[in-house]
Amino acid sequence: MKRLFEDIGRYCQLMMRVFSRTDNRRMLWRQVPSEMVKLGTDSILLIAIISIFMGVIMTMQVILNTENPLLPRYTTGLMLRDTYLLEFSSTIMCLLLAGKVGSNIASEIGSMRVSEQIDAMEIMGVNSANYLIFPKIMGLVLFMPILVTLCVALGLIGGVGVAAFTDMITMDDFVYGLQYAFIPFYFTYSVIKSIVFGFIISSVSAFYGYYAYGGALAVGRASTNAVVKSSIIMLLMDIVLTDLMLT
Amino acid sequence: MIEVKNINKSFDGKQILYDISAQFLGGNVNQIIGQSGSGKTVLMKSIIGLFKAESGEVLYDGRNLQEMTEKEIKILRREVGMLFQGSALFDSLTVLGNVMYPLEMFSSMTRIEMEKRAKFCLERVNLIDEKHHLFPGEISGGMQKRVAIARAIALNPKYLFCDEPNSGLDPVTSLVIDKLISDITKEYGITTIVNTHDMNSIMETGDHIILIKSGRKAWEGSKNDIFEEGNQDLEDFVFASDLFKSIRKKKTENNNQ
Ligand SMILES: Nc1ncnc2c1ncn2[C@@H]1O[C@H](COP(=O)(O)OP(=O)(O)OP(=O)(O)O)[C@@H](O)[C@H]1O
Ligand SMILES: [Mg+2]
Repeated sequence: MKRLFEDIGRYCQLMMRVFSRTDNRRMLWRQVPSEMVKLGTDSILLIAIISIFMGVIMTMQVILNTENPLLPRYTTGLMLRDTYLLEFSSTIMCLLLAGKVGSNIASEIGSMRVSEQIDAMEIMGVNSANYLIFPKIMGLVLFMPILVTLCVALGLIGGVGVAAFTDMITMDDFVYGLQYAFIPFYFTYSVIKSIVFGFIISSVSAFYGYYAYGGALAVGRASTNAVVKSSIIMLLMDIVLTDLMLT
Repeated sequence: MIEVKNINKSFDGKQILYDISAQFLGGNVNQIIGQSGSGKTVLMKSIIGLFKAESGEVLYDGRNLQEMTEKEIKILRREVGMLFQGSALFDSLTVLGNVMYPLEMFSSMTRIEMEKRAKFCLERVNLIDEKHHLFPGEISGGMQKRVAIARAIALNPKYLFCDEPNSGLDPVTSLVIDKLISDITKEYGITTIVNTHDMNSIMETGDHIILIKSGRKAWEGSKNDIFEEGNQDLEDFVFASDLFKSIRKKKTENNNQ
């Protein structure tokens, strides 16, 4: 328990350093595009494959499990749309990203720590927390809306695919469901949530990497911690955000 | 000149450094020697301020590190260069990029001036042009050390710290590095502090030496005193190798004649 509070304290201290003094604005922002590529665009394929397949599978599951004459046929499209908008495109996608991006960030910063590269920066008078972590947070957070949009779009395309290529549901019923009682705020909600989650993934993973102490083992430990802890924090935040924005 | 007064440092209740005081003069290669694990790196990092000592003072030409504001520390850091035990080059930057990094961060030079300065520093450590565009992973350990020295001197430091500059190097390269550090120190009047447990470099370049044993200062002197003194801890350290044992034997025989 004491450990937990210590960690929270150190995390806050680190974040204060990340968002305080910048030594060289040009050098800092110059890194953001390459971080976007490394953390964002390189994740597109993973997100795309999973979104489209889950879209197909969920559509099929919903059809098979709601064969009830009382439920209207358009339920399928409706459920797929709302699941993707409300949870899948933010929470589930970010849990996936925590595994890929979180471990990447933690091991990169962790190995810089154990090989004294961070000390070397500090010696030069560079605010290493700002220089190393800020571009990663920015890169991921700025890329989040793109990933969310992509995820929703591909998931729905997966569903449309089921309607088009099987006779489980007609295209008309499915599309009617997609459009039925649509609340545009759900999309905003999803984007906001994913931005918060993107911040959690990048900052928490960076935290574990930044405070790694020891050898290669410490780097491994840091990246495991990064994935596990950022996932848990995200799920807790999910409850808070849902409560704040939807009720 | 760097002055260290009564430094104590511990980690999680385990004391590593006990009450260490010393003076390190400018234009001199000052060495901190001692066995592996004796606390040399911790002492060096405490002097620089990477570790916070529990008590004691560090004075950089009279400026007290412990009393500096963050801004003053930042200014001091520009005057400090450090060579780390594992080189600590940035993996994502080329050789040239590594040396240019402190310039890009802190100088107001144009790109061409920066490149010129970086190339000058690399030449100073005898690294030829064709290596400049390789990444740290693609060059040998000795070259990495030399790049790290070039990076450390890029901003013309007043204080240079070298943590085991020749660990893991062959005797010839090791000598080259030692000579380089010594030359640069004399040429620019830098206050240099070197951690080492290499007898060769101690005998070659140690203008002023302090011996650390299990976190305590056990001896202080220069390379010329090393064989003269009758300090037990010093002898335990120096005469650990058979070669030096035989030198001592000869010496005592000569004295007795
Ligand atoms: N960050 C740290 N946290 C806890 N203990 C540490 C830390 N850094 C060093 N120590 C401990 O301090 C002691 C001295 O370590 P130090 O690295 O100074 O030795 P050294 O004299 O430099 O040895 P070597 O010649 O092998 O580099 C060791 O027992 C080490 O375990
Ligand atoms: Mg050491």
